[in-house]
Amino acid sequence: MELENLRFGTELLKRGFAKMQKGGVIMDVTTPEQAVIAEEAGAVAVMALHAVPADIRKMGGVARMADPAIIESIIGAVSIPVMAKARIGHFVEAQILEALGVDMVDESEVLTPADEFHIEKTKFTIPFVCGARNLGEACRRIKEGASMIRTKGEAGTGDVSQAVLHMRMIQGQIRSLKGLDDLQLMEVARDIEADVELVRECARMQRLPVVNFAAGGVATPADAALMMQLGADGVFVGSGIFKSENPQAMARAIVDAVHHYDDAALLARVSKGLGAAMKGLDAASIPESEALQTRGW
Amino acid sequence: MTRIGVLALQGDVSEHILALQRSAPDLEVVAARRPGQIEECQALVIPGGESTTIRRQMDSSGITAELVAAARSGMPVLATCAGMVLICREIVGEVRFRPLGLMDIAVSRNAFGAQRESFEADLDFKGLDRPYRAVFIRAPLIVAAGPGVEVLARLDEGVVAARQKNLLALAFHPELTDDSRIHRIFLDMLED
Repeated sequence: MELENLRFGTELLKRGFAKMQKGGVIMDVTTPEQAVIAEEAGAVAVMALHAVPADIRKMGGVARMADPAIIESIIGAVSIPVMAKARIGHFVEAQILEALGVDMVDESEVLTPADEFHIEKTKFTIPFVCGARNLGEACRRIKEGASMIRTKGEAGTGDVSQAVLHMRMIQGQIRSLKGLDDLQLMEVARDIEADVELVRECARMQRLPVVNFAAGGVATPADAALMMQLGADGVFVGSGIFKSENPQAMARAIVDAVHHYDDAALLARVSKGLGAAMKGLDAASIPESEALQTRGW
Repeated sequence: MTRIGVLALQGDVSEHILALQRSAPDLEVVAARRPGQIEECQALVIPGGESTTIRRQMDSSGITAELVAAARSGMPVLATCAGMVLICREIVGEVRFRPLGLMDIAVSRNAFGAQRESFEADLDFKGLDRPYRAVFIRAPLIVAAGPGVEVLARLDEGVVAARQKNLLALAFHPELTDDSRIHRIFLDMLED
């Protein structure tokens, strides 16, 4: 086998990577020690950050890509994939993350956007995950090259309501495509500002053509199972684990809850005695100017 | 009717289910994740995913003993990527969990590196008359194999596909492409 016959960074490899994460929990971590706790608890990947979203929200100021030293130390600590966040539109942060050996970039509204345009993700070898609140947004990100979609929810709140809203919105919009003829699909694509080919694909498959995770406010095993029952392929947990009273126990319980999301007796068992979940913040109390989900379009 | 189980704790379970249904439309394919389901199947697929996660969930779901007993009794098992890591005798390098020790191979996890080193390649696969386009995602590699193990495909000096009696281990993902030839090899193992 000649090594030059190998092909890297194809759409199949990028979307395939995301498929390997299905049925799993991706946990935000800020230190190698937290990353090890996440791996031991059964996380499928970790998201390397300088601060969890709840703290980013509190700190204010401009939120940027994490220090490469933090990311490298986390890559060195675990055997599971490591993801990291770049600002919306900040393709140089993404280039740096790729050079560091990060497995997937989250082009994230949790950080302060750098551009009104999103990153042209097809140009990268490594895959991207992007947030979306509705089908139009999801299709625009996929068209730009996103290999995975997650709900935006409202990060750093511990309030799952916005993730529920966004998951229901995307799924409802896909269901409403059923039975439409081609002209009608073209009209929908125009209305939601989405590529018509992708809209046709969603109509035919009755799902997004890439993996769709829940994110933004998941704080308990019950929240995680709720998102899975609503049709998520897996779950991101940001502040919910390391802002809780007992991160180890919470991490394990959320992993179990995602794997057995439809088994209420098991959910009851794993939810017992976890200590306090993160305190949280009612998403409805956040003024629109401070909401993270409205970043990007 | 023949019933095939796909271990459904984590990973690309639905892709394997669809690939099996494409290869043989009259199969019954079930997602197996509760005690008692594996022993009701005639063959089992251990899918791609994160081996650390799947190994932990096998124990927490209480199905490890059942899976090991089924494989030891001769049930055909297709183990892809993470699955190959799970069934090996030994993990080389840093060990995060104890593998099941079903197949006499030593495996290096993430042997090619991180996701940017993931690749597609055309493989010469024993028994197939033309190359097989294989998808390697943070793939493992077989670095040593016992005498009872038949090597089916290599990449440079490493082994990426091997069989030991009822166990078929692949470092890549046949479920991600439309080429059903390897799934058919697996289904033929039901006749043995």
